[in-house]
Amino acid sequence: MAIVFYIAAIVAVISTVMVITRLNAVHALLYMVVSLLSVAVIFFILGAAFVAALEVIVYAGAIMVLFVFVVMMLNLGPASAEAESRWLSASGWIGPGILSAVLIVELVYILFTNARQDITAQGVDPRQVGIALYGPYILGVELAAMLLMAGIVGAYHLGRYRNVMLHRYLHKELP
Amino acid sequence: MNTVPMESGLILAGILFILGFIGVLVRRNMVFILLSLEVMLNASGLAFIAAGSRWVQPDGQVMFIFILAMAAAEVSVGLALILQIFRDFKTLDADAADNMRG
Repeated sequence: MAIVFYIAAIVAVISTVMVITRLNAVHALLYMVVSLLSVAVIFFILGAAFVAALEVIVYAGAIMVLFVFVVMMLNLGPASAEAESRWLSASGWIGPGILSAVLIVELVYILFTNARQDITAQGVDPRQVGIALYGPYILGVELAAMLLMAGIVGAYHLGRYRNVMLHRYLHKELP
Repeated sequence: MNTVPMESGLILAGILFILGFIGVLVRRNMVFILLSLEVMLNASGLAFIAAGSRWVQPDGQVMFIFILAMAAAEVSVGLALILQIFRDFKTLDADAADNMRG
């Protein structure tokens, strides 16, 4: 099982690197789907089968479809990929890249100075998750419901076409 | 041997988080910035799952479900904002929307 974990981890890292370096948005989205699927494999190996299914259905299914629809609505042509390659200069990469690499090296160092702890893949069944979700975490579920409602209202309000406001006498577009 | 060291899971989560962070810092296209934010949220969820299955407790998976709901709400509002900004400025450059001098 450990070898499957490491293969999935390598696939996840490579596809995520491809996500943040692609010029074309649709290519980046497809690599993102690969990354999410490999993370779902890792969840399955770690014994969280329910969450692995949720990752495929909600993340790789619903959220990525939302992204694809927005990219379709934006209707970006080949000119956008050319603009991307102008924006992605090497000098822009070096600073954040080096500083973030320092942070990840520190994190690896801290994790390896502690004693090694193994995960046995016995797993947590969805029944326990459901009992915890609707028992001690019921307040969080209600807050998540309110958040999703606010998300729906906000997306509707922001995504609407704004009408051009014209005054009755002053036929000029108001600012 | 059916065991995976927890450190590997946490290091993978850290690497994915840092990659998403680099994406947020480096890219100027707003669609890519939102996509990198999704990578970061997913990585934090992976850390929760790894810790939750180390101690065989359901709390990690519960937190992942909350992160999932939050990511869905965030991405719907963010994409609506991107559409609105693209309609106004005719570009996806994040530097175009600097009226507030941020």
